[in-house]
Amino acid sequence: MPAPAGARRTRERVIPTSVLDLAVAHAAPLVVHAEPWINFDVGLLADRFWANTINGLAYGSVYALIALGYTLVYGVLQLINFAHSEIFVIGVFAVYLTFLGLGFEPGAIPNLPLAAIILDLILAGLVAMAVSGLAAVGLERVAYRPLRRRNAPRLAFLITAIGASFAIQQVIRIWRGSNPEGTIRLLPPSPVFTIFGAPITNLQIVIILASLAMFVVADQFVNRSRLGRGIRAVAQDPATATLMGVNRERVIMITFAVGGILAGVAALFYLMTIPQGAVYNGGFLLGIKAFTAAVLGGIGNLRGALLGGLILGVVENYGQSLFGGDWRDVVAFVLLVLILMFRPTGILGESLARSRA
Amino acid sequence: MSEPSSTDTSLDTPPSEEGLLESLEHMDAAERAEHDAAVSASVAPERDFSVAKGETLLAVDGLTVRFGGLTALDDVSFDVRRGEILGLIGPNGAGKTTCFNIMTGVYRPTSGDILLEGRSLARMKRYKIIQTGVARTFQNIRLFGAMTALENVVVGTDARHRTSVPGALLRLPRHRREEREAVEKAMALLEFVGIADRAADKATALPYGYQRRLEIARALATEPKLLCLDEPAAGFSASEKDALSELILKIRDDGYTVVIVEHDMRVVLGVTDRLVVLDFGRKIADGIPDEVRRDPAVVAAYLGGDLDEESAP
Repeated sequence: MPAPAGARRTRERVIPTSVLDLAVAHAAPLVVHAEPWINFDVGLLADRFWANTINGLAYGSVYALIALGYTLVYGVLQLINFAHSEIFVIGVFAVYLTFLGLGFEPGAIPNLPLAAIILDLILAGLVAMAVSGLAAVGLERVAYRPLRRRNAPRLAFLITAIGASFAIQQVIRIWRGSNPEGTIRLLPPSPVFTIFGAPITNLQIVIILASLAMFVVADQFVNRSRLGRGIRAVAQDPATATLMGVNRERVIMITFAVGGILAGVAALFYLMTIPQGAVYNGGFLLGIKAFTAAVLGGIGNLRGALLGGLILGVVENYGQSLFGGDWRDVVAFVLLVLILMFRPTGILGESLARSRA
Repeated sequence: MSEPSSTDTSLDTPPSEEGLLESLEHMDAAERAEHDAAVSASVAPERDFSVAKGETLLAVDGLTVRFGGLTALDDVSFDVRRGEILGLIGPNGAGKTTCFNIMTGVYRPTSGDILLEGRSLARMKRYKIIQTGVARTFQNIRLFGAMTALENVVVGTDARHRTSVPGALLRLPRHRREEREAVEKAMALLEFVGIADRAADKATALPYGYQRRLEIARALATEPKLLCLDEPAAGFSASEKDALSELILKIRDDGYTVVIVEHDMRVVLGVTDRLVVLDFGRKIADGIPDEVRRDPAVVAAYLGGDLDEESAP
């Protein structure tokens, strides 16, 4: 008994000081040699508010594009395709190798007219879309279709997804080594204009606008096209859909292809922002963030994936300014937990398969 | 994402369903008559009238289905003839719905075969069966709840689309034309079954009777040679049943062949040309309704009760 009491007293003494620390940090950021384990820097948050917002939207767009892949597959198969992050990494390498193939050297600053650079970027994007799209379809064929044929339980799909994720990751590591690839930056970020004092770079504008455009295309595809109608029919009631002439296997293939293509686009934007990002395990955290974004917005819901991605990107940036750099990911996942506590189906709820009745 | 935004016509959207409805309201009698003619032409396009009615369309041949130790169907054989309405009746658990499930590929037969115009359906993929020409409705309504009534029917028409996936992605002219035709046809089918006024509503928002009719429209949209109706009158009032019987006869008169599973004897005797009676998975009678209802085996199966009194389950 005496020991716990003593421990409690120690803790009681510690807590006031750390609260005091917080108060001091709040009043004026301390310049100390040892970083405090947590900041509460409202001043920095206010200072960097717009910069964080724009930067967060750019990051969030990448999350959203990847999240669409999770959400589409979930809508159709009720499967969390954990290997989707590796589909994204394959896209990142496709972009990187295309850059190499086009003759760009790591570290060198390309001296080309802007039009040529844009053309090269578009080319790399198209290669990444094709490679990721095919990889996603291939993954479905090899990993999931055989299970479906045998009516495997859902758990088998889940562990297969995780296994496929690790397998692809390790194959990339064996192939390219575990060090990140060299930096190839075709388009250096340069401020174009400022919003409320926050500089907006050309990259951020391109990424945000192009991602929104991709989202609109994906959304129209699912909601307005015949193939999208098939996807929604299968999502709502697979058995009835097949009895109404919908080819479920083809719908599943198209769904994976669309998710892969969007991951390929995300890969291009990611590597434009973080040129040293081509590394075998680069998809892990990003994949989890994108999955978080999908759940945040309401998994199975396209608009939810967009909204979740953008919110996640922005809020984690705010958190980084407020609490300190290491808190970025903590903020992201705490946000997820908080939202799920109040809205278990995510912000917009399930929609691709809503009213399954 | 599932809101039917009829105002949003940004990307190559099909003609708005509400626009179509509005134009219907503003038609005078002559225009309306012309429109109705167009509707019926669209509902039953180029039906195969050249083939003599009465020829065998579907042949069920020695069909046996076992689930573990339970024999759901035991060596059942019968024919469905082109242009007729065949009633498949029998007490609960007789194997009627199982028979439907075999016809549409939900279950696979343990032995025996089922042939549509000589093509075996027994091992065919479900979506292929639809393309071959068998469509169905469900005892428990199974619509795509988050889609509009119109969209539900358009899903049915998709079975007949010929554009390839790349063609659809690139929105080639043929794909666009097929999409437009699909919406027009779906609208015509909704008019045909009498629920066009709610075309833009979500399927789950429709009244029960509308949902049943929507299922029929969706099945017809696949251009079936054989339409299977699984207890279409379940839960209907007497007047609704009469309207349904009328609709079924109208479908037959448009050149479709219909198989109907139904408990309500008034509907069955009112519409069917021929009856097949199942009991405990075996066929016990087959013939025109007047003969079948006097068949001693049938009477016995219905526990001595008169067929006319055997209504709702």
